[in-house]
Amino acid sequence: MKNVFATKWGIIIVGSIIGILASLLQFWGNPVNMGICVACFVRDITGALGLHRAAVVQYIRPEIIGFVLGSFVAAHAFREFRPRLGSAPIVRFILGVFAMIGALIFLGCPWRALLRLAGGDWNAVAGLLGLTAGIWVGTEFLKKGYSLGAAHNTYKAAGWVFPIIMAGIFLLMLFNPMIAGEAQSGVLFYSTAGPGSMHAPLFVSLIVGLSIGFLAQKSRFCTMGAIRDWILFKQNHLLNGIVSMAITAFVVNLLLGQFHPGFSGQPVAHTVHFWNFGGMVLAGLAFTLAGGCPGRQLFLSGEGDGDAAIFVIGMVVGAAFAHNFGLASSAKGVTAAGITATVIGLITCLLIGFTMREQI
Amino acid sequence: MNNTINTVDARGLSCPQPVIMTIREIKKVKKGDIAILVDTETAQENVVRAAKLQGWNIVEVVSTDGNYKIVIRREE
Repeated sequence: MKNVFATKWGIIIVGSIIGILASLLQFWGNPVNMGICVACFVRDITGALGLHRAAVVQYIRPEIIGFVLGSFVAAHAFREFRPRLGSAPIVRFILGVFAMIGALIFLGCPWRALLRLAGGDWNAVAGLLGLTAGIWVGTEFLKKGYSLGAAHNTYKAAGWVFPIIMAGIFLLMLFNPMIAGEAQSGVLFYSTAGPGSMHAPLFVSLIVGLSIGFLAQKSRFCTMGAIRDWILFKQNHLLNGIVSMAITAFVVNLLLGQFHPGFSGQPVAHTVHFWNFGGMVLAGLAFTLAGGCPGRQLFLSGEGDGDAAIFVIGMVVGAAFAHNFGLASSAKGVTAAGITATVIGLITCLLIGFTMREQI
Repeated sequence: MNNTINTVDARGLSCPQPVIMTIREIKKVKKGDIAILVDTETAQENVVRAAKLQGWNIVEVVSTDGNYKIVIRREE
């Protein structure tokens, strides 16, 4: 059976739906220009679990859970569930850590970079240029034989582990529900101010997340892959998806009065262009070496890819370090520690790129 | 079936490596038949898309037990 979602119009329609839903999520309560931000939302979940204690970014984001479980359902529905693992997991873990740190220097993953642009935040341009530069470096490694090696098939149950973790976190949220004005409910933390306190209704977020997870699994939507394939193969298939996403998000923002062009005063953003660029060079390189943007890693986790799940767990740990060590940027700008971490991350990724390659 | 067919084994590898390996083989052999082995539906779609873009015909895609064998051909 031909996969209509993987056709040109399939990816354009999926990208368009994601863009519309992202702007609507903002309208329904998510933070500004953050209808969906995979990095930020994983960071918020990390905070809600108490693994970092930045009070303004703590919330179990049902969108992330939906991404994994929606993909899990699609993979089963279309017989694409393929439990596999074993392709250099420790390296993927480290790449996840530094991808998250890079994203939190910029203040957004590629998804949010596009949504910031669609909301008129011109600082996103430096981030997207940095992302492209980082991906370009990654493609140079790929051309020279960079490989983390083959994964192998594993037990069906092993492929279920990460989706079950996600379902478990959702149950945790149901049993420790948000109490208005309280910073803690049972074992979970909830922001009472800042981005973490802004969210669409729980089941709206979950249903949107599940829908996107389902569509993205079938269409292979990937923000990094879009730019990578364009650089590497002059192929614009996936690019159609992210361009559609940015355009529809922009149109819906215009219709809903959510478009506010400018550089300064943009929400959850800073104007230090050099490090907006630099942070995303790191993130883009890490995503490329790991084979997927943070969203794609979640969708892969849902279809049984244990290595992608390890990358996501790396992102959780990266988020914890980013806030516990004061690496993450804020509206005030970047921190000295954040710059140090970015440089360490870049050196690490370059070493991975140079040392892990097969003979061609 | 030609037993000496050029074969690319990209099973277990994640994107974009199956496509890179396919294109590398295409550039090496320039014409004839190439068989590419992959083990995900995504890799199968990507290899087919890339081969068509390179001007190669898809002779067959055989799926067995979650593995895919794609045979591509260029005549002249």
